[in-house]
Amino acid sequence: MTAIAEKPTTTEPRGHDGRVITPRKRRPSARLLTGATLSYLMLVALALIYIYPFLISIASSFKTDAEATQNALALLPGTVTFAAYDRLFNDTDIARWAGNSVLITVFVTIGRMFFDSLAGYALSRLKFRGRTLLFAAFLAVLSVPNVVLLIPRFLILQQLGMYDSYAGMIVPLLSTAAGIFIMKQFFDSIPVSVEEAARIDGAGVFRTFWTIVLPMARPALVTLFILSFQGSWNEFAHFVVSRQSSELNTLTTGVASLVSGQLGEGNQYPLQLAAAVLMTIPVAILFFIFQRRIMNTTAGAEKG
Amino acid sequence: MAKRSGIRRNEAVSGWLFTLPSIVIIGVFLALPILLALWVSFTNWNGLGSPIGGRAQFVGAENYADVLTEDGLAREDFGTSLRNNIYYVLLVVPLQTALALFLAVQVNRRVLKGRGFFRTAFYFPSVTSSIAITVVFLFLFSASGAVNQLLSVLSIDGPNWFNDPSGVIHNLLGAVGVTSAPAFLAGEGPLGLTWWSWLSGPSVAMVTLIVLAIFTTSGTFMLLFLAALQNIGEEIDEAAEIDGAGVFRKFFSVTLPMLKPTLFTVLTLGLIGTWQVFDQIYLTGAGAPGKTLLTPAFLAYDTSFEDLRWGRGAAIAFILFAIIVALTLLQRWILRDRDTEKRRDRRRINPSDDQRQNEAALAQGTIRLEAGAGRRD
Repeated sequence: MTAIAEKPTTTEPRGHDGRVITPRKRRPSARLLTGATLSYLMLVALALIYIYPFLISIASSFKTDAEATQNALALLPGTVTFAAYDRLFNDTDIARWAGNSVLITVFVTIGRMFFDSLAGYALSRLKFRGRTLLFAAFLAVLSVPNVVLLIPRFLILQQLGMYDSYAGMIVPLLSTAAGIFIMKQFFDSIPVSVEEAARIDGAGVFRTFWTIVLPMARPALVTLFILSFQGSWNEFAHFVVSRQSSELNTLTTGVASLVSGQLGEGNQYPLQLAAAVLMTIPVAILFFIFQRRIMNTTAGAEKG
Repeated sequence: MAKRSGIRRNEAVSGWLFTLPSIVIIGVFLALPILLALWVSFTNWNGLGSPIGGRAQFVGAENYADVLTEDGLAREDFGTSLRNNIYYVLLVVPLQTALALFLAVQVNRRVLKGRGFFRTAFYFPSVTSSIAITVVFLFLFSASGAVNQLLSVLSIDGPNWFNDPSGVIHNLLGAVGVTSAPAFLAGEGPLGLTWWSWLSGPSVAMVTLIVLAIFTTSGTFMLLFLAALQNIGEEIDEAAEIDGAGVFRKFFSVTLPMLKPTLFTVLTLGLIGTWQVFDQIYLTGAGAPGKTLLTPAFLAYDTSFEDLRWGRGAAIAFILFAIIVALTLLQRWILRDRDTEKRRDRRRINPSDDQRQNEAALAQGTIRLEAGAGRRD
């Protein structure tokens, strides 16, 4: 905190040069310096608001039930206890939930990367009758609100005998209109010349796609990988309507059952927070590894 | 020549083969189920057996009437859920958009030290799951939780957030002595609710979910604005500066107009997203306290899966669908750009740059919201 707060003082002289506040650039007035410091302090405060909830969640998962309530704001537990984690692993099925989440995430991520890039490539490059219409259809699908699909999804899974199975939880998520769109957009930005040469040399369409174009699409694939991983790991509503047996619980539905059900006495906050912390770790790691890629929303259109 | 037409045919076949998996998945699990649910919304199916065939009887528009016109609990619940969601939308959409824009402008400043840190901090809530973040909020806003402990430092006695069903506007009126419905508001308004209860404002409990939504989506929208700001580039910025425009004037007369397409996208995504609150309602107790957290999305689920009135649940889902479509169209019409109107719709596959950028932002926003806690369905 202090380290961050000190920064404005060191940056003021430099920061002032490019400042847009006034066209009169000659003399840095004290008023301006205070303005810059103030706006900096405000940003720091805002950032703190965004981060602090996560920090006290981690801290509180190591507190006792009583301390989590009495001393909710403290960043350091008075007495560090692993009781919440102990109970989480001994009294709940969290290992199984995590296993299911991993399984589903792996299948959905691979499926989306493959099917979305296949379809995106076809819509971008291959000329075939109905392509325009198909693209318009995918765009229309993009704007169908997911929540109105809950009942329909259950109905179709039940009709097809896929309700309450891994297949029912995974297959409907294997392709998304948004993913197809992002891939199409990226392929649009790759010059055609390279693959044309390959095609004239007699390479089949799929081989050209697989060995030449797809490797060039790495940036977009990475973006799709991250968002698919994150999306299937965090998915909740679909798993509420596609399964009912507790063996098929994922981390999201399992933790939800922890929150709504009563597990012994006490307020359970450390336990619930420990579960929330654990389920956030994979996406947090992914986020920090691929930070730059994630923060770039033009990934679909720009190379490199 | 023969070879070329061979390539063409090959391409056509490949085109369909490449798109086939996605067509099947999206067709079978998105398009087809919508038709099935539409049928169910006109039946009295109770969940036993198959909705197609003997078990379910066609009842016409009865399910829609139950919710929209017939006196009774079904209509009252729907009215309540609609009221709750309207306040949620009215507060979340403008606030998250304004905050996201503000954050984007801030972290886009070239001279800002630690831009990366700030961007990361503001975006991080967007990658967490709605379940994890709701658990955190249930803790933060508990009766003696972090928020109330902070408030008590300022000698404010915080409410019991998630258990407080009182409406904010009612509370404000209560503070000036109006504690019950004045005569002119006591009458029955639309959908079986009195005018007084339509005007309750969001409940205190709902305020926490409003804060949660702003917290988890502002980062995503900040990124969309940031991409647009970087597109605008520095030249225009500098030109405005040389012209001597002040910060505020520059923002409102140069930057904001250029951000219009992104603003449009963000508002659209916000409007669609805020009508889909589900995960948080599920987790905070199925609409408790006092049904003030009930939303149409959750009510549709609850009516079908818990009350086993599948027809009525499906009907609510379709009414919600209609609301979202209508509002999106209305918003598109209000914010329409008369200049680009004519250029649009030439050929969808070769759209103009602006349009392409819009669609890209829409896809990015959709996939990001769906991937993180910003997802509400």
